[in-house]
Amino acid sequence: MAAILLIEDDPMVRRGLQLALGRHGHEVEAAETGEDGLRRFRSTVPDLVVLDLMLPGVDGLEVCRRIRASSEVPVIILTARGDDFDVVAGLEAGADDYVVKPAQPTVLDARVRAVLRRSVGTPDGVREHRDLRIDTASLAVSLRGEPIALTPTELRLLLTLSRAPGRVFSRQQLLEEVWEHDYLGDSRLVDNCVQRLRAKIEADPASPEYVQTVRGFGYRFGPA
Amino acid sequence: MIRRWWPRGLRARLIVAFALVTALGAAAAAWAGAGAASGAIVSETERYATETTAAQIEGIAPQLEYPPDQAGLDRLRAAVGADTLVTYGDLRSGDWTVADLVTDDLRTAVRVNARLATQRVEADSTPWLLVGTPVMFTSPDGTSAASGIEVYSAHDLTGVQERLDDLTRSAVGTALLALPVAVLLALAAAGGVLRPVRRLRDTARRLAAGDLDARSPTKGSDELAELTGTINEMAASVQSSMAAMRRMQADARRFAADVSHELRTPLSTLTAVAEVLGDAAERMDDEARESARMAVTETHRLVRLVEDLMEVSRFDAGTARPRFEEVDAAAAVRDCLRARGWTDRVEVDAPGLVRLRADRRRLDVMVANLVGNALRHGAPPVRVRVAESGDRVSIEVADSGPGLDEEVLPHVFDRFYKADAARSRTPGSGLGLAIALENARVHGGDITAADAPGGGARFTLLLPREAEDR
Repeated sequence: MAAILLIEDDPMVRRGLQLALGRHGHEVEAAETGEDGLRRFRSTVPDLVVLDLMLPGVDGLEVCRRIRASSEVPVIILTARGDDFDVVAGLEAGADDYVVKPAQPTVLDARVRAVLRRSVGTPDGVREHRDLRIDTASLAVSLRGEPIALTPTELRLLLTLSRAPGRVFSRQQLLEEVWEHDYLGDSRLVDNCVQRLRAKIEADPASPEYVQTVRGFGYRFGPA
Repeated sequence: MIRRWWPRGLRARLIVAFALVTALGAAAAAWAGAGAASGAIVSETERYATETTAAQIEGIAPQLEYPPDQAGLDRLRAAVGADTLVTYGDLRSGDWTVADLVTDDLRTAVRVNARLATQRVEADSTPWLLVGTPVMFTSPDGTSAASGIEVYSAHDLTGVQERLDDLTRSAVGTALLALPVAVLLALAAAGGVLRPVRRLRDTARRLAAGDLDARSPTKGSDELAELTGTINEMAASVQSSMAAMRRMQADARRFAADVSHELRTPLSTLTAVAEVLGDAAERMDDEARESARMAVTETHRLVRLVEDLMEVSRFDAGTARPRFEEVDAAAAVRDCLRARGWTDRVEVDAPGLVRLRADRRRLDVMVANLVGNALRHGAPPVRVRVAESGDRVSIEVADSGPGLDEEVLPHVFDRFYKADAARSRTPGSGLGLAIALENARVHGGDITAADAPGGGARFTLLLPREAEDR
C-alpha cells in the first residue's frame, strides 16, 4: 500500500494503470505531463513515482533527474523493450528500476513493493566499517558522523553487501535479493545502483573502498 | 596450359606484339633494301665485266687468223686479261682454275645460243662471276657466225660480296636498334591503355565492395572513355535502383515497426484493465465470465504477438543489440523451463556447468521458443541436451512426435509458416522459430532442424562460447 504518482500522457493507459494499481491496494495520483507531474510531486510527496519516459514537453528523463536532484523517492520507469537507450539513460537519470511496456499490473506491483522495501532480514545492530556506520535497526547510514541520504534500493544494496563483508555477490544474486527480480534480471540495474552508492559513500568513487568490483564475478563489501 | 608461353598481362602482350611487329618490319625493310641494293650492285658488276670482256675481244678479234692456232688463242687470252680461258675445239689457253670453274651449263649456253652468258659460282668460299662469250666473225657477205672460239673470263666477286654483307649487317643493326625503341613505345602505349583500365578496375572493385558512389573520370573520346562512361552510367543506375529498393524496404520495415509501436499503447491499456476484468470475472454470470476470460487470454496473446513482431522488425532494421554476459547455459535452460512450468514435461541432460558468453534474455527466448515448439507440435517426451564441444556450445531440443515432413523442413524457420492447417490455432505467434534463429545469428551461431534417427524432430542450437560484439 503506497502513495504512487503516475506520470503518463496517454489518458487510457493512465486510467487503466490507475485502476489496476488501485486494485493492488495503492493510492494512485495521476499526472498527464512532466510539468504537471513535477508540480504534484512537490505538493503531495508520494512514496514512489511511476514514470513514462515518452512525455510531451519536459520529457521523462528530465523529470527523473529533477526528482532525483531533491529527493530519494524511488522512481520506476516504463520503457519499451529493445529501447536499450531508454533503459540506460533512465538508470543514469537515477531511476531505481524499469518495467517493459505493456506493463502487467502484477509485475509492476511486485516491483513497486520491492523498491519500497528498505530493510533486509532482521536487524543485527550497528555495523561499523572505518568511517562508515550502518544502523540496521533504524536504517540510518552515516559517514564520519554525517548522515547520508540513500534511496531504498541503495540502502538495501548496502545492507545486503555489508551483511557478509568480503563475500562476493554476483549481479544475479544481488538482482534477486535487492530488486527481487527473476533469473532474467538486468545486471545494468546493479552496476548503476553501485555507481550511485559509491558517489555517496566513497571518498574516491574511482578507487572504491567499501563497494569493490570483483572483475568477472560481481561485487563485495570491502573492509573484511 | 597449352598457351602458357603467351604472357597474360596486357602490358606484356603489348610489348611482345610491338617487338614482334618492329622486328618483322625492320627485317622486311632491311631484306627488301639489301635485296634491291645487292641486285643493283651485282648487275652493275655483271654489266661492267661483260662490257669489258666484249670490248677487249672486239679489239683483238680482227687480228686473229682463222682458224686460230695455240699462239692466236694465247694472244687473245692475254688481251682479255688474267683469269681467262680461251678454247677452240680441243685447243685451250688459260689456267686451270678458270677451266675448273666453268660449268657444263655455261659452256652449253655459250655454244648453243652463240651468245654471251654469265653465271655465278662459288669455289673455295670465293664467289666468282663467270662470263662466257663466243667470238663471232663476219663473213664478207655480211652474215655473222660463231667462230668456234669461246672466251671465258672469271671475275672475283669477293669485294662485292663484302659490300653486300656490310649492307645486310647494317640492316640487321638498324632493326636491332629499333627494338628497344619499340619496347619503349610499347610501354608508353601500354601505359596509355592500362591507366584507364586500372582506374576502371579499381572503380569496379569499389562498386563490388558496396561503395556505389565510386566513379571513374572520363578523359578523351576513345573507346576506353566510352567504356568508362558506360560503366559510370551503369553504376549510377544500380545506385538509384538500390536506393529505391532500400527506401521501399526501409518504408516497409518502418511501417511494421510503427504499426507494432502504435499497437502498444492500446495494448498497455488492455493489459492493465485485463487484470481487473479477470478478477471481476469470478463474480459475473457464466457467459460474461467466459467472455471476460477470453478477453484476458486473447489480450495476453496479442501482447506476445506484438512483442514478437517488434522483435522481428528490430532484427530487420538491424537494431537488435545483444548484451553479452557470462552465462551458465545449463542453468539458463533449467531456469527457462522452471519459469514456464515445463520442468515436468521436459527431460534435461546437461553437465554441471556450461560456461557461455551470451545475451541472457535472448538465450532464454531461444530455449523457450524451441522447447515451446517441441511441446506444441511434437509429442512427449521432449528432451533438451546441453553439451560443449571445443569453442561451441550446443543445445539440442528433440521431441518424440512424427518428425518433420520433407516439404516442411525448408520452411520451419519461415515467419508465420504453419505446417499443418488443422493446427493453425496453436497458441504460438508463428514467429517463434524465426526469432530463435535470428537470435542465434546475432550470437554468431545457428539453428539446424532435422529428424532424429529414432523418429521425432530435433532442433540443434549451436552457439560460439565467446560471442563477439558486432
